[in-house]
Amino acid sequence: MKALLIGEQREGKLLDSTYELFGFAAQLGAETAMLLVGSESQLPAYSGTLYLADAASCGEYNPDLHKQLLLEAVQRENPDCIVFMHTSYGWDLAPRVAASLKIAQVSEVTGIVGGGLEVGCCNAKMRRTVKPATPKTVITIQAGAFPAGQPGGAPQVQRLAAAANGRLEFVGYEPAEKKEVDLTKAEVIVSAGRGVGKKENIPVVRALATALGGELGASRPVVDSGWVEHSHQVGTTGQTVSPRLYVACGISGAIQHLAGMKKADFIVAINKDKDAPIGEIADVLVVADVLQFVPALTAKIQR
Amino acid sequence: MKILVCIKQVPDLESRFKPNAEGVWYSETDLAWRMNEYDEYAVEQAVQLREKLGETTELTVLSIGPERVVEAIKKALAMGCDRAVHVRDSAAAAKDPWQIASIIAAYAKREGFDLIFAGMQSQDRGSAQVGVAVAEQLGYACTTTIVGFEYDNGAITAKRELEGGMKGVVRMKAPALITCQLGLNVPRYPTLPNIMKAKKKEISVIPVAELLTEGALANTTSFHSPAKKGGGVVLEGEVDLLVSQLLGILHEKTAVFR
Ligand SMILES: Cc1cc2nc3c(=O)[nH]c(=O)nc-3n(C[C@H](O)[C@H](O)[C@H](O)COP(=O)(O)OP(=O)(O)OC[C@H]3O[C@@H](n4cnc5c(N)ncnc54)[C@H](O)[C@@H]3O)c2cc1C
Repeated sequence: MKALLIGEQREGKLLDSTYELFGFAAQLGAETAMLLVGSESQLPAYSGTLYLADAASCGEYNPDLHKQLLLEAVQRENPDCIVFMHTSYGWDLAPRVAASLKIAQVSEVTGIVGGGLEVGCCNAKMRRTVKPATPKTVITIQAGAFPAGQPGGAPQVQRLAAAANGRLEFVGYEPAEKKEVDLTKAEVIVSAGRGVGKKENIPVVRALATALGGELGASRPVVDSGWVEHSHQVGTTGQTVSPRLYVACGISGAIQHLAGMKKADFIVAINKDKDAPIGEIADVLVVADVLQFVPALTAKIQR
Repeated sequence: MKILVCIKQVPDLESRFKPNAEGVWYSETDLAWRMNEYDEYAVEQAVQLREKLGETTELTVLSIGPERVVEAIKKALAMGCDRAVHVRDSAAAAKDPWQIASIIAAYAKREGFDLIFAGMQSQDRGSAQVGVAVAEQLGYACTTTIVGFEYDNGAITAKRELEGGMKGVVRMKAPALITCQLGLNVPRYPTLPNIMKAKKKEISVIPVAELLTEGALANTTSFHSPAKKGGGVVLEGEVDLLVSQLLGILHEKTAVFR
């Protein structure tokens, strides 16, 4: 079994998550080779074969070109699987490679179970086991699902260059919005999710945050709808927090939200759905209506 | 100019899911249905563009599935799509992303769309493959997970969302396919007059057999609940009782009240 792992650099920096690919390969019991489009100054500590293409000439986001480079590496390595992180880079490039080779893709894998791959579905409430029906498979793995590997050493670099130009022109990066609230230092965060219902109900959650001496956090839909400012957003596209207490009010527990708060010491979830996936990581799941329970809790604390 | 927007009908995600008879997907009994959230952003963006470009542009909405998906199609028509295609397939849920993509691509090839909008993923299956695979099969330029979109005379500028709130700006030329992310826009609610108008719009039905030539590349062998990680306490009952129970636990297990 051989795995071709696809590393990732952003603005010239190797992403830490690249090491999770080694963790996955180890669980699979696979030999590895890696492909990286990036700069030579930031190579992974790994002693295997590294196909390296220069990001200065190929661009960090140029899917047409990266696909070509990848197909070249596949030709040379003949791997059984091609593994990406399920990131904005991975989920964009993986299906292009799978389609070009006409092979199965299994997305956002969370585990390996008896010859199949486990993936989440129905907004993380349920799981599927998927079996590829093609000899080669493209796989993207969920961030945080596999422990980072520590292969160590220095790679044997084989350089790749792409022939053509891509059809996409990458204009540049835009930095994230400035954060007015630094949630990373908060000891207590009380977050509002879509289950809060409407903007007018946000003060209910904010009052609990104040009563507990903490900050207001929010899930993404709440921010997208303009109920709460972006600087309060918790999750992969918001802030990653680790308070002593995190209270999730009307938040379902999608992986992108969990990624931002699962390191909290103690997690309380208030949700009217007993099966909401937030229950999987919550220390306490209170099955209740946020609008009834939260004001009652706040009142009792204030007393 | 011809624009296509691809939508999927998904169950209300607050439903309780039970495996179907084969044990490989959910049973459809007792589920309520709606348009996939990511597709709502796609429809809204397509409609905004259609409004900007005017009458010379035609916007088609496509959905694959059994009879029930007509509800989602009607919503898209009421939001402002001009016409619809219902690829009728009672077994759509059993198809893999590659097959779904090949069905859409087979239809799109006949029509020659300049632009195709899709959601970045479905809320139920979540594979995030179909849009990109359609673009690959058609040989279209493609970018994913967009939160910003501008179109000017065949030139597209799209803003991709990256991790940590960072964005990447990309330019490309039609024909192209883009997949839409949460936060791209605020989807409109269909108004009553538009719902009435939508009733007169054409929904052409194509049996899936006419478009399907590909077999599945991957198979689902099981659909199940996640293994309970344990440890967590579940509190149910009267609100007042819940409040004191929770406060008891917080006093005991955390330092917030010290
Ligand atoms: C690339 C990408 C990046 C993303 N980044 C982020 C991110 O950084 N942060 C983030 O949060 N999300 C992010 N998301 C979105 C994420 O996938 C989910 O859509 C989102 O987290 C859901 O928010 P929610 O839980 O508030 O809403 P929903 O999923 O709609 O859940 C609402 C919950 O409230 C409960 N509820 C409803 N009414 C009540 C009531 N009266 N009382 C109690 N409970 C109630 C429901 O049972 C449900 O569980 C991202 C998605 C993608 C694809």
